[in-house]
Amino acid sequence: MLDTAPLPAHVLDELRRILPRPRAVLDAREDLLVYGYDGTWYEGFPQVVAIPESAEQVAEIVRLANRERLAVTPRAMGSSLSGGPVPLRGGIVIDTKRMNRILEIDEVNFVAVVQPGVINADLQKAVESRGLFYPPDPSSMRQSAIGGNVAENAGGSRCLKYGVTADYVMGLQVVLPTGEIIRTGGKMVKNVTGYNLRALFTGAEGTLGVITEATLRLLKKPPFTLTAMAVFASIVDAAQCVTEVMSAGLTPCAIEMMDDVTMSCVEEMFHLGLPVEREAILLFAVDGNHRAIVDGEMEALSELARKAGALEVRVAADEAESNALWQARRGISPALARKRPNKLGEDVSIPRSEIPRMVRAVRAIAAKYALTIPLFGHVGDGNLHPNILCDRHDPQELERVGAAAREIFEAAVACGGTLSGEHGIGLLKKQFIELDLGSAQVEAMRRIKTALDPNGIMNPGKIFPEPGGIDAFKL
Amino acid sequence: MDEQADAFESHPEARYGGAGRMSDATVAAHEEAAATLADFAPAANGFTGRDIPPDDVFNRCVRCGLCLPTCPTYVETMVETSSPRGRIALIKSVAEGQLDLLSPGFMHQMSECLDCRACEAVCPSGVEYGKLLEPARTQVNRALEQERGPIKNFVRHLLLHVLFGNLAIMRLVSRVLWLVQRLGLQAFAQKSGLARLFGMEKMIDLAPRMSDTFFVARDQRWEATGAKKATVFLHGGCIMATAFAEIDFATVRVLQRAGCEVLAPAAQGCCGAITVHAGDMDAGRELAKRNIEAFEQSGADYYIINAAGCGSTLKEYGHLFHEDPQWHARAVRFAAKVRDITEFLDEIGIDENLGRIEATVTYQEPCHLVHAQRITQAPRNLLRKIPGLTLVEMDESSLCCGSAGIYNLTQPEMSQRLMERKAKNAAATGASCCATANPGCQLQVQAGLRREGSEMSVRHIIELLDESYRVGDASRGTPATP
Ligand SMILES: Cc1cc2nc3c(=O)[nH]c(=O)nc-3n(C[C@H](O)[C@H](O)[C@H](O)COP(=O)(O)OP(=O)(O)OC[C@H]3O[C@@H](n4cnc5c(N)ncnc54)[C@H](O)[C@@H]3O)c2cc1C
Ligand code: SF4
Ligand code: SF4
Repeated sequence: MLDTAPLPAHVLDELRRILPRPRAVLDAREDLLVYGYDGTWYEGFPQVVAIPESAEQVAEIVRLANRERLAVTPRAMGSSLSGGPVPLRGGIVIDTKRMNRILEIDEVNFVAVVQPGVINADLQKAVESRGLFYPPDPSSMRQSAIGGNVAENAGGSRCLKYGVTADYVMGLQVVLPTGEIIRTGGKMVKNVTGYNLRALFTGAEGTLGVITEATLRLLKKPPFTLTAMAVFASIVDAAQCVTEVMSAGLTPCAIEMMDDVTMSCVEEMFHLGLPVEREAILLFAVDGNHRAIVDGEMEALSELARKAGALEVRVAADEAESNALWQARRGISPALARKRPNKLGEDVSIPRSEIPRMVRAVRAIAAKYALTIPLFGHVGDGNLHPNILCDRHDPQELERVGAAAREIFEAAVACGGTLSGEHGIGLLKKQFIELDLGSAQVEAMRRIKTALDPNGIMNPGKIFPEPGGIDAFKL
Repeated sequence: MDEQADAFESHPEARYGGAGRMSDATVAAHEEAAATLADFAPAANGFTGRDIPPDDVFNRCVRCGLCLPTCPTYVETMVETSSPRGRIALIKSVAEGQLDLLSPGFMHQMSECLDCRACEAVCPSGVEYGKLLEPARTQVNRALEQERGPIKNFVRHLLLHVLFGNLAIMRLVSRVLWLVQRLGLQAFAQKSGLARLFGMEKMIDLAPRMSDTFFVARDQRWEATGAKKATVFLHGGCIMATAFAEIDFATVRVLQRAGCEVLAPAAQGCCGAITVHAGDMDAGRELAKRNIEAFEQSGADYYIINAAGCGSTLKEYGHLFHEDPQWHARAVRFAAKVRDITEFLDEIGIDENLGRIEATVTYQEPCHLVHAQRITQAPRNLLRKIPGLTLVEMDESSLCCGSAGIYNLTQPEMSQRLMERKAKNAAATGASCCATANPGCQLQVQAGLRREGSEMSVRHIIELLDESYRVGDASRGTPATP
């Protein structure tokens, strides 16, 4: 379907006309080499990188691409863990990072209107300076942008209490694959006019259009937060503890898990004195509007954790201590590279009652394939990140990694869970999607894709499986 | 070929563009291949000989992107190629034979990088970026040596080997510069074409104003005031000793009051920072050997340095000799004894008889202190000790000011953009003084503030401590320490 021929000179000329600013059209080899990777080990190369500054420019680029049948890969910070922004068929990478203005913070309607290149942490800082709160806090909040967050429907630690990105997307401006600019949703709380397209574009991984603006719901910032660390001798006890906390009806805003391998990697960088000799820790956060209630909830949590077998529960003395713990938490994924050269990061999500079972399954798979698979994640909402550590240049090991990854996916589905809680399907999990959703559902999605993107230009090769199903999965 | 050399040293925006286009065949080849893992056909490593960027360092980068927002050149350009992750990928590409060592974009990136190490300090996976950049620059330089014009090579040699290689010559040149500055002869040098003849127009303009008295290490020994806690070797520095000699003298006084016997052995030389950062590790090693020997012979307990840029180079001598087992052990032993002055004073404690300085002060963090040496609290602790002084933090205090050794010569445009950014952030605090701990930063921030029309002064932390002692002594009627 796509024109795979090299980029014709007139396309380049037209891009330069659309984007006259310096360094807005990049086609040097040195540039192409660095616009085709993300946080996985997948790599591809665009034929050109276009850096627009407005929705109109994006629309012009997409129209040009659609006419020329060139692939378009939207890109934000490139922190994806599923291969989403990796260009597979050459074409144009649209880098949205210069569209990075916060257009409005509406303190009456509790809404922020932002461009897609705004860094999550910058938005948080801006709204918090006004006593407001944007809850979605992916661990990559400093290196991921709102466009990428919406496209992946990013989660984070606070999702447990506050929900994921989709719960905060009230409206979007999107450039369709055929080049029209549409607005779906807006500042109104209730809205049932027509299909809910903003929900469709949220989590579409850039396969249905380019997001050029987002209207996001804000909350009032809860003034009190407490963080605690509970230490466990057994990781299964830790998992059991989570299930008990949640079934007791407590509402911490976050529960995170780190196992021993994770702790030792993080400790090397952050020097926090984590109990690396133990099998697991849980990090709890509780927040709220009243000091006494927050204290009371933390008290109850600690009590429950001790009953569930916690050897020790340490409440952070001050904000500095709790910030240090959360900063370390956010550094886990890259810190794992300290153990082995490569990692394959998974993102399974399961019902919370099944956490102990899933933890046991991952440990068994690690043993079966003689692999180190540290486990961490937003365990409170059932989202676990088993990361398979390896050297991907060792073909024998890589084969075991592939087999283990496959078994982890299958175990998640068997637990009534799903392949991905927040990182998206991208390239990494596309061969498994039918296992999870069934072929009829995948076919329904394919029809939506074809209807919106008749020429298949928008982020091709993602989400939908290649022929051959699971057996065609290769790393 | 002179043109190619130029691309490394000035900003080749104009040339950097079409030249390196991926060939049609490459694009076609990558299209489908990229769908699976990008495993390139092994090609020859573009780096050769000594000082090859180690693959276990660049392979550690998992491309998480956390370093991007900390990188000054990335935040200024918002282009991945000008980011740490991008530069690491380019170095990897050269190592894997995917990119030419002398391709314009690669040379530009190796030059545009400030070597500020902000990326290294935040990297959770522990990518030691400095260990990639310095060898990569050295490789480019070596390859360019034959291709640079003879005059340029000569000036480069003068600058890196003769000037920074020998403190006596450094002082001589500085004295001439002092004379030129005091007599107002800069304009003459520029107009007569004398400066241009040597390609030194920019250098003369950017040269710091020289001190009237230089600090010359002549085997002096200053006694500790009160009980002696340690004997320390003071590294006088080159720029510090000529353009900021007062800071060296102040350092001696503050150290004495902290209970240190201070030695200034004449055998010491330049630390090699300028040379190593400019991509000449061979010359750097020669300088390092001299300092290691001088320290070993001095018998001092610590090697003290009051310029953050020099400090980080001194602490990394071990790495400089990692291919030389005989010197490596000595270098590692030496490095373990190196202390930045702020770090050292915070560690051993200072004389607390400080006088009041009523001022609001903001702190500009030298990259080579905060990122390369990871020292953040010591300078602030010292400032907070001064009675009457209020410390206010500026935005982006740890973002490079654009000074970075000879960066303002090699990348004038980016250097200026970063200087303006820093000056705005500093001025926005409303402080009357900006404290720092490195001569390069001091010059750059001062220039930026002047351009911004700000009256704010820029002082080394040691100068503030020294002044505080003077005020205290005067108010108590004690004579100032000699
Ligand atoms: C250390 C680390 C920790 C992480 N932690 C979390 C976590 O806790 N929770 C979580 O959910 N994820 C996490 N991630 C994954 C990743 O950060 C998120 O998926 C994030 O949302 C990606 O944002 P980005 O700006 O980097 O987007 P990119 O990686 O650039 O792109 C991601 C996808 O979005 C598409 N896209 C980007 N911009 C647009 C746009 N304007 N319009 C349409 N499509 C677009 C791209 O095509 C791609 O498919 C983590 C990653 C790392 C490296
Ligand atoms: S922070 Fe480290 S691992 Fe992450 S992209 Fe930067 S250098 Fe690579
Ligand atoms: S050393 Fe500084 S300028 Fe160079 S890549 Fe790292 S952060 Fe950027």
